[in-house]
Amino acid sequence: MSYLKPLFSHPKLPKNKLGYTLKEYEGSLSTLCAGCGHDSISAAIVRACFELSIEPHLVAKISGIGCSSKTPTYFLGNSHGFNSVHGRMPSVATGANMANRDLVYFGVSGDGDSASIGMGQFVHVIRRNLNMVYVVMNNGCYGLTKGQDSATADQGSKNKSGSINPFQAIDLASMAIELGASFVAQSFSGDKQQLIPLLKAAIKHPGFAFLNVISPCVTFNNNPGSTKSYDYVREHIDATSAKDLVPGKNEIKIKYEAGMSTQVEMHDGSEIQLNKLALDWDPEDRNSAVNALQKARAKDEILTGLLYANTDWNDLHRTLKTTKTPLNQLKENELCPGIKVLNQVNASFR
Amino acid sequence: MKPTDVRNPEYYHKVVDCQYACPAHTPVPEYIRLIAAEKYTEAYMINWESNVFPGILGRTCDRPCEPACRRVRVEEEPVAICRLKRVAADQKGEVRQLMPQAPFPKNGKKVALIGGGPASLTVARDLAPLGYEIHLFDEQIAGGGMMRSQIPSFRLPEKVLNEEVDYILDMGIHTQFLTYVSSLREVLAKEYDAVFVGTGAPRGKDLPKLPGRQEGAASIHIGIEWLASVAFEHTKSISKKVIVLGGGNTAMDCCRTARRLGGKSVKVVVRSPFAEMKASPWEKEDAMHEDIEIFDNHVPVSFELKDGVLVGMKFQKVRAVYDEKGKRQLLPTGEPDVFIEADEVLIAIGQQNSFPWIERDLGLDFDEWDMPVVDRKTFQSTHPQVFFGGDAAFGPENVITAVAHGHQAAVSIHLFCQGKNLMDRPDPFTNLVSQKMGIHEWSYDSQIAADHRYLVPQAKKSVTLKDRKQEVELGFEVQTAQKETQRCLNCDVQTVFTEDRCIECDACMDVCPTSCITFTVNEDESQLRKNLLVPAENLTQGLLVSETLKTGRVMVKDEDVCLHCGLCAERCPTSAWDMQRYFYSVTKAYQMPAPFPALKK
Repeated sequence: MSYLKPLFSHPKLPKNKLGYTLKEYEGSLSTLCAGCGHDSISAAIVRACFELSIEPHLVAKISGIGCSSKTPTYFLGNSHGFNSVHGRMPSVATGANMANRDLVYFGVSGDGDSASIGMGQFVHVIRRNLNMVYVVMNNGCYGLTKGQDSATADQGSKNKSGSINPFQAIDLASMAIELGASFVAQSFSGDKQQLIPLLKAAIKHPGFAFLNVISPCVTFNNNPGSTKSYDYVREHIDATSAKDLVPGKNEIKIKYEAGMSTQVEMHDGSEIQLNKLALDWDPEDRNSAVNALQKARAKDEILTGLLYANTDWNDLHRTLKTTKTPLNQLKENELCPGIKVLNQVNASFR
Repeated sequence: MKPTDVRNPEYYHKVVDCQYACPAHTPVPEYIRLIAAEKYTEAYMINWESNVFPGILGRTCDRPCEPACRRVRVEEEPVAICRLKRVAADQKGEVRQLMPQAPFPKNGKKVALIGGGPASLTVARDLAPLGYEIHLFDEQIAGGGMMRSQIPSFRLPEKVLNEEVDYILDMGIHTQFLTYVSSLREVLAKEYDAVFVGTGAPRGKDLPKLPGRQEGAASIHIGIEWLASVAFEHTKSISKKVIVLGGGNTAMDCCRTARRLGGKSVKVVVRSPFAEMKASPWEKEDAMHEDIEIFDNHVPVSFELKDGVLVGMKFQKVRAVYDEKGKRQLLPTGEPDVFIEADEVLIAIGQQNSFPWIERDLGLDFDEWDMPVVDRKTFQSTHPQVFFGGDAAFGPENVITAVAHGHQAAVSIHLFCQGKNLMDRPDPFTNLVSQKMGIHEWSYDSQIAADHRYLVPQAKKSVTLKDRKQEVELGFEVQTAQKETQRCLNCDVQTVFTEDRCIECDACMDVCPTSCITFTVNEDESQLRKNLLVPAENLTQGLLVSETLKTGRVMVKDEDVCLHCGLCAERCPTSAWDMQRYFYSVTKAYQMPAPFPALKK
């Protein structure tokens, strides 16, 4: 088995605005099972960061425990990383983000890490609208412990050992919308065409961006009867829209038929352009997003694409009115402004 | 684009760039792996079967394989294929018992070989085991042709040459050395079933019209004639100041030999720019290392004499100008002519064919350039009984090309002697075998070594310049050779794709270190090449296109910079990718189905 990637790359590999190739965004060779959907998501993250010309040292990857949480080793090898305690990724991400708002935060989690042990943390990070990308690599099973049904396994889904899941699934995307997440999307590891623009939009989103990515477990949950297998997902996928992130307002937009296209504007001037496939759905209306999800579920379909986006809500830094300077750049005179200021502060409490 | 037909033996053959570029199609990666496994004898035999002269070629080959090496497309230097071949020859054990064992039962057919060089010797080797009675004629004292007369001993020791020539001659070949064949008519009259002409390109080009050529004749020599005269020890010294005209490998051999025979100031003067000289880059390097100056862009004007004795030459300085089609013209720069001192001049500006001994009324046609009309596939002339090969067939090439010609001519002669159709040629032998040893284990070294090319040690200049027979290159030491073998990318271990197993998880596309694999919607070839992850701009390299997959896409693999690292197959959950070793061997005459059933009684 190979543990090292060959050092050679394609001599004509394209370069981004920083002069980097995809290679500079890759990580170590994956040790996950061959064909794992998580590897595709890693590859999509690599490509999204490459295409946005993000400087690798300005990214922090934070994860919990599980197959999904191993993946930060396999992408963005030149970025910061923190492999935290099971289900506690949001706390660590919150702390890191509070200390330095200048980085792009990737929280990587799985269905076990988020929907079971880390549910409490998941709920509260949404409430706070922490500016981060929260990716759940959702395979509906505990792959690291031999494939037991997880909390996101669909009711009636058959696992590899043949048992049928009797419990209702937690729908993380619906839940995120309900809890007030400001950006919610759903995708499939096997559809990079959709996943990469979604990741780019999520990175650009000024607040909590949640991506629930169905990611088949080839070893324990890719069997007939599973609702998270490559074949099942491909047959039941229903995209809300075809989309592309347009980085600047002045750039040429793809023309769609009237009434079929909608834009979601980002604060930095870029916008997500969507070619609507579901006509009665409006990505900036929570009710219509929830409705679309419910309708799809009733039809046994997996609705993918951008489900909901709200760029007006304050993120945690704005809510708490924190300093714009990362803590590691604050000098002594700013941190310790002297007796005069202390007296003023004390006086304000009297 | 249509799905690739991998059942065509040439598809996977073309992926093995070195083997495909080799005129004799020697299975290069196969023998490099054997060297890596310290199986030198086996590595030698793979070579011997294919190119007949591994020890000789391991020192002197023109190496068309090396510029073709895939490694050049991902880093700077190719694998030192040629020098690894020499390692197999240097380190081999006893090989004679692995070769066809004479005496062979006779089949009653007689073949005459005119000329004793690599082409004729190859025909002899391929036909002798089939029971042909072979008569070889050469004007020299021993076999080997230009390998003996033109390649100097400091590049090819006589011992190595004799050994490999003798492997063939000892197969019961009737040799008639020191015999100049002066008439093809006489040969044909002797009731040979077939005649093979491998007389090379024996005439060195001259500059007969250059002023001073006649007057200075005593100090002006034709390069190949002079080299032969050195090789056969008629010439043992040369003057101190020597000019060598020409920029090919013969010129390099001339100047380096001159350095060893007493030439102190040896200068190579060539018409073309340095970069366009015909000599191999390593030959030029070796010459310059021996203090030989190379003057490029100098066109000879005259031989200069004083009191009837050659004192030097005059040259006009030129520069190369290219038209839109890239055709070169050498235009005078207008600078005054240059005088270069010399006591002797060697003219090594090219070679020509010459067939004064072939009568023109035998039904053997010659073309407008006075070259025999020879079929490129069968090597048969317009006289059905007469076959050509080597430099004699289509003009000066190299040893490995002569060997390739010899193999095909032998096949033709064998078919001809059985009264069969010469166009009905045997298919190559091919074999495709999975290298899978376990879930993620391969039976070949799939890791990609990033090492740069290792240098072959050379003997000290102080030693080599004193002794004409002291070999300059010492060959790789075994440890270095082992490291060099690891640079081979095993291009013959093919990435074989099975559509109906693919679940389109994209793992292969994600992991491929050189971005060769793309799953995309099918288009025509030119569009498809543009649509890949990295556009496939190298049109000399094929695309492996699958049948349409479940989602309506196709898998497209650009063969261009595939490292054959096996990661696609390792990351494939369903073994839709497999690494399979492809063995391709040109079928030689003696490997063809048993002939002459009537004669076996």
